[in-house]
Amino acid sequence: MKILTPMRVLASLSALGAVLLGALMLGLLAGPSGLSAGEILSVLAERDAAGAAADIVLRVRLPRVLLGALVGASLAVAGVLFQAMLRNPLADPYVLGVSGGAALAGILVLSLGSAVGLGYAAVPPAAFAGCILTTALLYAIAGVHARFSTTSLLLTGVVFNAFASAAIVFLASIAGLTEGASIFLWLIGSLSSIRVEVTGWVAAFLALGLGFAIPLARGLNLAALGSESAEQLGVDVDRQRRVVLIASSLMVGAAVSVAGLIGFVGLIIPHLLRLILGPDHRLLIPASALGGAAFLVICDALARTALDGRELPVGAITALAGGPLFLWLLRRYHQRVLS
Amino acid sequence: MTGDALRFEGVALRFGEREVLKGVGLAVPEGAVVALAGRNGAGKTTLLRVASRVLRPSEGRVSIQGTPIEAFSRRDLARQLAVVPQDTPVSFPFRVIEVVLMGRSPHLGVLGFESRADVALAREVMERVGIESLADRSILDLSGGERQLVLIARALTQQPRVLLLDEPTAHLDLAHRVAVLDLVRDFAREGRSALVVSHDLSLCARASDRLALLADGRVLDCGAPVDVLTPENLTAAFGIRADVIRAPDGGPLVVPRSATRDAMS
Repeated sequence: MKILTPMRVLASLSALGAVLLGALMLGLLAGPSGLSAGEILSVLAERDAAGAAADIVLRVRLPRVLLGALVGASLAVAGVLFQAMLRNPLADPYVLGVSGGAALAGILVLSLGSAVGLGYAAVPPAAFAGCILTTALLYAIAGVHARFSTTSLLLTGVVFNAFASAAIVFLASIAGLTEGASIFLWLIGSLSSIRVEVTGWVAAFLALGLGFAIPLARGLNLAALGSESAEQLGVDVDRQRRVVLIASSLMVGAAVSVAGLIGFVGLIIPHLLRLILGPDHRLLIPASALGGAAFLVICDALARTALDGRELPVGAITALAGGPLFLWLLRRYHQRVLS
Repeated sequence: MTGDALRFEGVALRFGEREVLKGVGLAVPEGAVVALAGRNGAGKTTLLRVASRVLRPSEGRVSIQGTPIEAFSRRDLARQLAVVPQDTPVSFPFRVIEVVLMGRSPHLGVLGFESRADVALAREVMERVGIESLADRSILDLSGGERQLVLIARALTQQPRVLLLDEPTAHLDLAHRVAVLDLVRDFAREGRSALVVSHDLSLCARASDRLALLADGRVLDCGAPVDVLTPENLTAAFGIRADVIRAPDGGPLVVPRSATRDAMS
């Protein structure tokens, strides 16, 4: 009989932390200039490293790897929170169309905002607002409060995703953002255009989101056995739902505003970790942060190296892995819960 | 005199146009098991929800040891009162021991983990309920009856003053029915109290000190089971003709005969 103890949480998180460190190193190694691990470590160790190697590591790869880690963590934690909030292991900000709503709001500001003097710094708050609005819409349409059906929830997400993609293309066309590959960033998700000024936002939103979410972890466990039951065990379920909505929207909004629609991270990582570590949110939430970070950094390293000399959007890699997994999960879920 | 463990006074509740409860008065004395019976839709489950503050009554009040339930914080109320629902949705593969330990939640701090004492208590309760062999099974893989036992164990681990059970024996075999009602009796013997909703009149007559019949949003009769279970009351509450005979030990046994015309309405 294994019980979750602070020691077990610490041990699991340390192991995942080591995986993340390995992934970060892999992310720093990946690239065309053939730097060795030793060279990279020596650049990182030096206080004021200079030269070509230092430029590549500190200016090109490190910011990208760190951004990938932050985005991956944000998406995975948001995934766990959506799953807990909707009491459905298939929920994920991308599948449900919430990321699409965030991207749409982001691109709205980006394409039309300059007319009213809004700069790039307005994109993350707009994406956050898009997230909240889309989730509210989901609640309203799928009727989560009354009798929520997985089918209507997923259908709503699919339809909303299609709509958001079309609207994004439309807006981008109006604003002339379709030139080059920048539209890719919004539609399939990429870490290639790093804007240092918004990386700080992502870190801050992730920290804020985790700060909101972690104290709710035990309450989310209780809600897994019904919200009425959770209330009778002392949880203010309505308040919990609101806080989770805000926390997950903060994280999705920030992630989408810098990396576009990277899909399935919030589905794959929580699911894998739940299989290995169990469903207890006191461990699952921080573990997803570390696991999601490591996963996206590795996917991005693959995206940069899979095609010789050219770069794949990282969202293509996560979707290639996530799509089939989602179908498998859906089948399993139907067999287990709905039978 | 601190008052009854749990007391309903003039509790009324409307869902839109429909008046589900029309002024329910009911007392659960300290140390007593009170059974609550009535037709489907008579408002039994609603009454339990009012007591656990999931629903707010439009009129009347509910108190625990004389203190109105609104005066408690949600957590404090959960330390006073635990509910065993008829069934519960389950969305993640929590193990049985984890679910039983959830009963400790109102006693823990925000970031708290269950202590060794909590785990020992959960194990002891699981043994008493007879589910220790299920400890590491996923709650998703249990049968309805097993799940019901897990929910009972969770509520006992909560160590409340008052236990509310909503048809706790609905999915159980005969042996487990008797065992669960014995558990409820033992619970009350420790100076605590229980309110049990059940459709098994003969069985609850044996297990309870008082029996309340709920009909048309009111308490039709409440008292010793042997006094309440009369053919007249059964006709009034359920719309059936029934004989009440005596078991060898004197307990009342309800033998339904036929439904009157309006029984199924």
